[in-house]
Amino acid sequence: MRRLTPYLLALPSWMWLAIFLVVPMVAMASVSLQTGNAIDGFAMTFSFSNYSDAIGRYSTQLARSLLYGALATVAMLVIGYPVAYFIAFKAGARKSMFLFLLLLPFFVSFVLRTISWNFLLSDNGILFGTLKDWGLLPDDFHVLATTFAVVGGLTYNFLPFMILPIYVALERVDPRVVEAAHDLYATRAAAFRRVVLPLSLPGVFAGVLMTFVPATADPINAAILGGRSNTMIGNIIQTEYLTNLDYPTASALSFTLMAVLLVGIFVYARALGTENVLEAAAR
Amino acid sequence: MSGERPVGTRRARAGDRLLHLYTWLIIIWLSSPIAVMIMFGFNDKQSKSNTTWQGFTLRWYAELFELSDLTTALLNSLVIALVSTALTVVVGTMLGLALGRHRFRGKSVTNFLIFAAISTPELVMGASLLSLFVSGNVPRGAVTIVVAHVLFSLSFVVVTVRARIVTLDPSLEEAARDLGATAWGTFRQVTLPAIMPGVLAGGMLAFALSIDDYVVTSFVNGSTVTFPLWIVGAVKTGVPAQVNVMGTLIFGVGVLIAVGNAVAARRRA
Amino acid sequence: MNPLMRGMTQPRTRRDVFRIAGYSAAGLALAACGVQGQKAAPPKADAVADFWAGQKKNGKVVFANWPEYMPEDKGPLEKFKQDTGIAYEYKEVIQENAEFFGKVDPVLRAGQSLGYDIVVMTNGIQLQHMIELGYAVPLDHSKLPNFQANAGQKYKERAYDPGSKYTVPYTSGVTGIAYNTEFVKEEITSIESLFDPKYKGRVGMMADAQEIANFGMFALGIDPEKSTEADWRKAGEKLKAQSDAGIVRKYYDQSYIDAVAKGDVWLTMAWSGDVFQRQLAGEPVRFVVPAEGGTIWTDNMLIPKGAANPVDALMLMDYLYQPAVAAELDEFIQFVTPVPAVQDLLREKAKAAKGEEKKTLDDMIASALMFPTEADYAKLRSYTRLTTQQEQVFNPIFQSVTQA
Repeated sequence: MRRLTPYLLALPSWMWLAIFLVVPMVAMASVSLQTGNAIDGFAMTFSFSNYSDAIGRYSTQLARSLLYGALATVAMLVIGYPVAYFIAFKAGARKSMFLFLLLLPFFVSFVLRTISWNFLLSDNGILFGTLKDWGLLPDDFHVLATTFAVVGGLTYNFLPFMILPIYVALERVDPRVVEAAHDLYATRAAAFRRVVLPLSLPGVFAGVLMTFVPATADPINAAILGGRSNTMIGNIIQTEYLTNLDYPTASALSFTLMAVLLVGIFVYARALGTENVLEAAAR
Repeated sequence: MSGERPVGTRRARAGDRLLHLYTWLIIIWLSSPIAVMIMFGFNDKQSKSNTTWQGFTLRWYAELFELSDLTTALLNSLVIALVSTALTVVVGTMLGLALGRHRFRGKSVTNFLIFAAISTPELVMGASLLSLFVSGNVPRGAVTIVVAHVLFSLSFVVVTVRARIVTLDPSLEEAARDLGATAWGTFRQVTLPAIMPGVLAGGMLAFALSIDDYVVTSFVNGSTVTFPLWIVGAVKTGVPAQVNVMGTLIFGVGVLIAVGNAVAARRRA
Repeated sequence: MNPLMRGMTQPRTRRDVFRIAGYSAAGLALAACGVQGQKAAPPKADAVADFWAGQKKNGKVVFANWPEYMPEDKGPLEKFKQDTGIAYEYKEVIQENAEFFGKVDPVLRAGQSLGYDIVVMTNGIQLQHMIELGYAVPLDHSKLPNFQANAGQKYKERAYDPGSKYTVPYTSGVTGIAYNTEFVKEEITSIESLFDPKYKGRVGMMADAQEIANFGMFALGIDPEKSTEADWRKAGEKLKAQSDAGIVRKYYDQSYIDAVAKGDVWLTMAWSGDVFQRQLAGEPVRFVVPAEGGTIWTDNMLIPKGAANPVDALMLMDYLYQPAVAAELDEFIQFVTPVPAVQDLLREKAKAAKGEEKKTLDDMIASALMFPTEADYAKLRSYTRLTTQQEQVFNPIFQSVTQA
């Protein structure tokens, strides 16, 4: 019975993933190698050149997406870690209140959040308009339609997905262990680096996975907050699929994106030297 | 924290206070667009667009349910979010447990699929689900929306729960079993309480993902309209202020729950 | 130890990934037959008769439309119900043409019913695909007397659907230039202003390939309705130069109107109805059809293949062409109505009205955005009509500018 447990636990997810993810993925893999057009139909020609053509045409946008995704992930980590740390160790009975408050803005539709951001960040709006009137900003200063706005938007929209897993891992750490570390090491920084940080790494890894991957594939922030040359690969896939009805190119791009992200996460896991750190953390 | 530690206590206290302040600043930053949204729920707008302030009114609160399609859309969204969250949390926690606690064949494939589900662009996921439902002749509606929402939030719950489980000490569960507890008893008494923060966090993420989803839903909804779908459509001509009021109410109820939770927790302590 | 990480850091993974690849290859062989083409056979002369023979009124109709395209009290539909006894379901399910097409294509391709009897789509690539793929039911004009009697001539003769074989207009709008009078101190009359370096970083253009292509061609004095591939390339270069010079701030989907109303951009390509609503709200925006030309577009009603109640649908389509009904719709939608008689009806209504309501009605009647004059119409052109092969040339030319 105990040997069967993991299979029983995994079974519902397996069924779900097999039917609703694997089957469509196989179909998509097939489409990505076909040629034709939506009106006359597509036929399987095993044209692997779909991949090289798509990558050749859109390498700029692909590289840009990875860059934006990575920048936003680093920003989220830097901004989010202290918050997770505070809630896990210092918030006491108000832990769930803080978590809830962090997530609440995301229960309200992104359209409303976006309209509001556009209002707040408008060139001559409540914020920058006032600062410009006071002469504190040059007249042509603007945030909307810049790279900064896109990366900022990604950071904003995915931040809870970084904070929550880090919190979940940290919350498990016994505060007495932290105190003992303070006694053991000369500085708080050293205690943090030697004890708390390693213990939180599974959370950090989960957070990075849940933010870097969707942020890189995201089309919405670039479309709404970006400017003339902030197009990301998600926007391209959308155009190829919906406007151009070029299903092979859209599928090939999706797989390429997935592969690149997989490699990225793999490199990150290796670079972190996770094997040792996590062995320690799991013990 | 006991005050007995001699070294650096005052500095540590100042550090804690700084962290506390910082956390509130982040919450304020995240909520700032919500403040604007609430404000425009009181805007006495004269035209369809609701982007410039034209004076205060309570009219939209009085006429909150005038737009019957919008009301239906909001109710649809709430029900779908609750159902799909409940499903995702159960199924996802189970898989999280399996991955975090057990060795089994197919584990790496499962890990890969979890990754694939996060990295599939939403549009591609929505379009392929639609093709699947069409070829299986499955009528699109609330049920297919729930299926899709469970699919894309599953990974987030699994990853969050697993991040919790790998930090747990398995010897506790072994001890419970040695003391004669059944497998189910061990789970309920030992494992579940220990992973609860991860389960709750995963559930909150799943709820947020579901209630805010537009792209995937727009493919598999059939003729069922959700809150985000309705709003995106209305953007073309101007979002009615009732939408802001509904957003305000969702947010308000949420704040009440959060604060109530904190008060209750303090009473218990 | 984090299992995902182990999964990724151990060589075992690679084998598993290959195993997945193996499954995929199997599926691939299954799916190798590909996506079937559906190109409609050239319509037979008796296609209309074939379809409509034996169709009966069912007393029910399902209308799929864009949000905010029907008064909240559903007045026109209620009257329709009273007059004909046909019950209606009204669904605001269309948010964007491309997305809507992406949703309905697999369903119609599989020969299934959408569950709608009327859908509304803008003339453009997607509507053309609907017609080419045979997704639209040919209309029986003997059952459209109000359309014959009341539709404006321009709305009966549309290049994208000659003879109104498959569609009738729901409402129209014009793409021109909107500018913010607080920031732009001159009167804008020419399309050249969109290319003027003095507005560097303050110009908004539309991301849609057909919309922006038209403006590139107007700027070069080319008629988009008669344009060739060489013309598109010239227009593409003109637009690319505009982008490279940093004149364009952003290529917009629909959010340009907020941007210009707030002054984020000072002048932008814009749709007439959007601007008119902002003017009613007292915002400092003005709309102009440039001297070189503007684009006229139309949202059209059609009956999708597999509709359960085509006769009822056709009756509703025709009903909306009664001037009184069209007037009620137009007063709410505030775009251009295909029924010219509406202007007179609103004039009469304004005479009887008082105060605020009278002022709003007067503004509507006088507005060139709701009732373009003949001179306005003379400058207006449709989108370029494209074959599937042409589309594959046309789209990349302009997308490489808007999605750099």
